[in-house]
Amino acid sequence: MGTTTQALSTRATDARAAEDFDRRDLDWYIDKLIAVIVFVCGISAVLFVLGIFFFVTKEGIGFVFEKMDFREFFLTPYWSPSDAEDPEYGILALMAGTASVTGLAMLVAVPFSLGAAIFIAEFATGKTREALKVLVELLAAIPSVVWGFIGLVIMNPLLIKWFDIPVGLCVLNAGVILGLMAAPIMTSIAEDALKAVPDRYREAAEAMGATRWQVIYKVVLPAAKNGLLGGVLLGVGRGFGETMAVLMATGHAVNIPGSIFDSVRALTATIAAELGEAVVGGEHYQVLFTIGIFLFLITFIINLSADLIVRGIRKG
Amino acid sequence: MATANPTMFQASDLNHHNERVQRRYRLLFGLMTLLLITPVMLILGTLVVKGGGAISWEFLLTAPTDGMRTGGVFPALLGTIWLVTVALILSVPIGIFAAIYLSEYAGDNWFTRTINLAIINLAGVPSIVHALFGLGAFVLFFEFGTSILAASLTLAVMTMPVVIVATRESLQAVPQAFREACWNMGATRWQTIRRVVLPNSLTGILTGVILEVSRTAGETAPIMFTGAVFFTPFLPQSVFDQTMALSLHLFVAATQVPGIAEEVPFGVALVLIGLVLTMNSVSIAFRMWLRGKKKW
Repeated sequence: MGTTTQALSTRATDARAAEDFDRRDLDWYIDKLIAVIVFVCGISAVLFVLGIFFFVTKEGIGFVFEKMDFREFFLTPYWSPSDAEDPEYGILALMAGTASVTGLAMLVAVPFSLGAAIFIAEFATGKTREALKVLVELLAAIPSVVWGFIGLVIMNPLLIKWFDIPVGLCVLNAGVILGLMAAPIMTSIAEDALKAVPDRYREAAEAMGATRWQVIYKVVLPAAKNGLLGGVLLGVGRGFGETMAVLMATGHAVNIPGSIFDSVRALTATIAAELGEAVVGGEHYQVLFTIGIFLFLITFIINLSADLIVRGIRKG
Repeated sequence: MATANPTMFQASDLNHHNERVQRRYRLLFGLMTLLLITPVMLILGTLVVKGGGAISWEFLLTAPTDGMRTGGVFPALLGTIWLVTVALILSVPIGIFAAIYLSEYAGDNWFTRTINLAIINLAGVPSIVHALFGLGAFVLFFEFGTSILAASLTLAVMTMPVVIVATRESLQAVPQAFREACWNMGATRWQTIRRVVLPNSLTGILTGVILEVSRTAGETAPIMFTGAVFFTPFLPQSVFDQTMALSLHLFVAATQVPGIAEEVPFGVALVLIGLVLTMNSVSIAFRMWLRGKKKW
C-alpha cells in the first residue's frame, strides 16, 4: 500500500506532460512485482537441479572423502554391503548390469524407433499418421512399474518356455522390456527431429524428380542427423536411469553377465532395493547416495551432450 | 517445341527401379512400426484378459484384506489421488510462471539456454536420484518426515518439466500481433499476459496439466522412501501422514506378498494403466479439439 500512495503523490506533483509517460500507478508496480515472481519461477528449474546435486552429495560425500577407495569402488565386482565384519562396495558388476541391459535395450529400440519415426513422419499420411502418433504417445505413457510387472508375469514364463532356461528374469527380459519402453519416447523425439527439416528441402528435391525414399535418404536424414542422434542419446539416458522395470525384470543378482540369459543387477535398482534397509547416515546409506551422485553426473553428461549435438544443427 | 518428344514423359527403367526401391522401403518401415506396436498391444491385451475379472466397484472401493492377499485397492487409489493433488498444487503455478518467463520475458542468450538445459536435466535425472533428493532434502533436512508432503514435493520437482514445456509451447503459439495490439493500447506486460496471452493458451496449458497428472500417478521410485508405504491400516488425514499408493501397491503386490490371489496384481496394474491412459487420452482429445477451433 505504501507504494501506492507514493505512486499517487508522485503523480500529483509531476507536470501533466510527464505524467502521460510516467505511469507509476498500481498497475505499474504489479507489473514489476510479477516480473520478479516470474523470474524466480523461471530460474527454479536451475535451482532444483543444483538442489538435487547438493542434497544427494551432502548425504553421500562422507563416504567419498573418508572411506572410498576409487579403485575398489569402480573396479571390483564384489557388493556385500550388509556384511557386518567386512562390507564390500564394488560397483563393477552393477555397472556391467546397467550397461548390458541398456545396451540390449538400445539394440532393440534404436533401429525400430528410427524406422517407425521415418514411417510416421515421411510415409504415412492423413488418418493413419494421426492414429499412429496417438498410439505412440499412449505407449510412452505406460508407467515403468507396469513394465516391470509385465517383465515379471508375462515375459518371464514366456522366456522360460521358449529358451528352456530355469529363470526368465535376465538381461534379455529386462533389455526387451526397457527397449519396448524407450522406443515410443525415442520415436516421438526422432519424429520431431524429422519434422524440423524445412519442407522446402523436400520440395526442392521432389522438383528434381527424386522419389520419396530418395528425398528421405539423401535430403531429410542428413539434415536431421544431429536431431536424431540427440534423440538416441536422450533414449540412452532414459534407459540408463530406469529403476522400477529394471528392478523387477533383471533377477536382481550381483553378477557380471556372460550371456543374455544371466541375471544381473542395475545401479538404480540397487538403490531402490537397499535404501529402505540402510541406516540413515550409516556407511551403506552413504554408499547408496554415492551411487546416486555417479548416476546424476552420468545422466547430466548424456543430457548435456544431447543438447549440444541438437544445438549444433541449428547453428550449422 | 511443337513436336515435343513423347517419350520424354514416359517412365524410364531407372524411374521404375526407383519406384520399386521406394515401395520396398515404405514396406520395411511400415513393418518396423507394426513390430514396435504389436507386442505392446498383445501385452496390454493379456493384462486386460487376466485382470479384467478382478475389476469391480468393490475392488476399487474396499481395502485389502487377509494380509493384502485379497480385497480391493481403495487406500492405494485414495493415496495416489492425495499425492497427485498435492504435487499439482505445488508444481503447476511454478511451472506456469516458469513457462511465462521463458516465453514472454527471457531473451535468446546463454542464461535462457542454461534454464532450458536445467529443464531437460530435471526430466532426465533418474527417478531414483529424485528419490534420494527427496529423502535428503524434504524428509530429513526440512524435517517433513516420510509424509504425503515430502513425497508430493519430490514428485512436483520431478514432473514440473511436463507443465513447463506444454505451457511454453501453447504461449508461443499465440501470435505476436496479439501482444503488440495490447501493448499499443497502453497495457503493461503483465496486463497483456493476463488478459490476452493466457486466455488464448488456456486449453494448451490444461493439456500439459493433465499430462502431468498421468506422469505423477505412475511414478514409483520417487515416493518409495519419501511418503508412500507398503501398507497402512489408516487412510491419510493430512499432508503429514504416510499413505499407500497405486504404483507402489503394484510393486508390492507383484513381488513382496507370497500367496496373493493371482488376479489382484493384474487388477492393480489394470487400474493404474486405465488411470494413466484415460488421462493421456483426455489430454490428446483436448489438443485435437483445440487445433480444430483455432482462430488464427
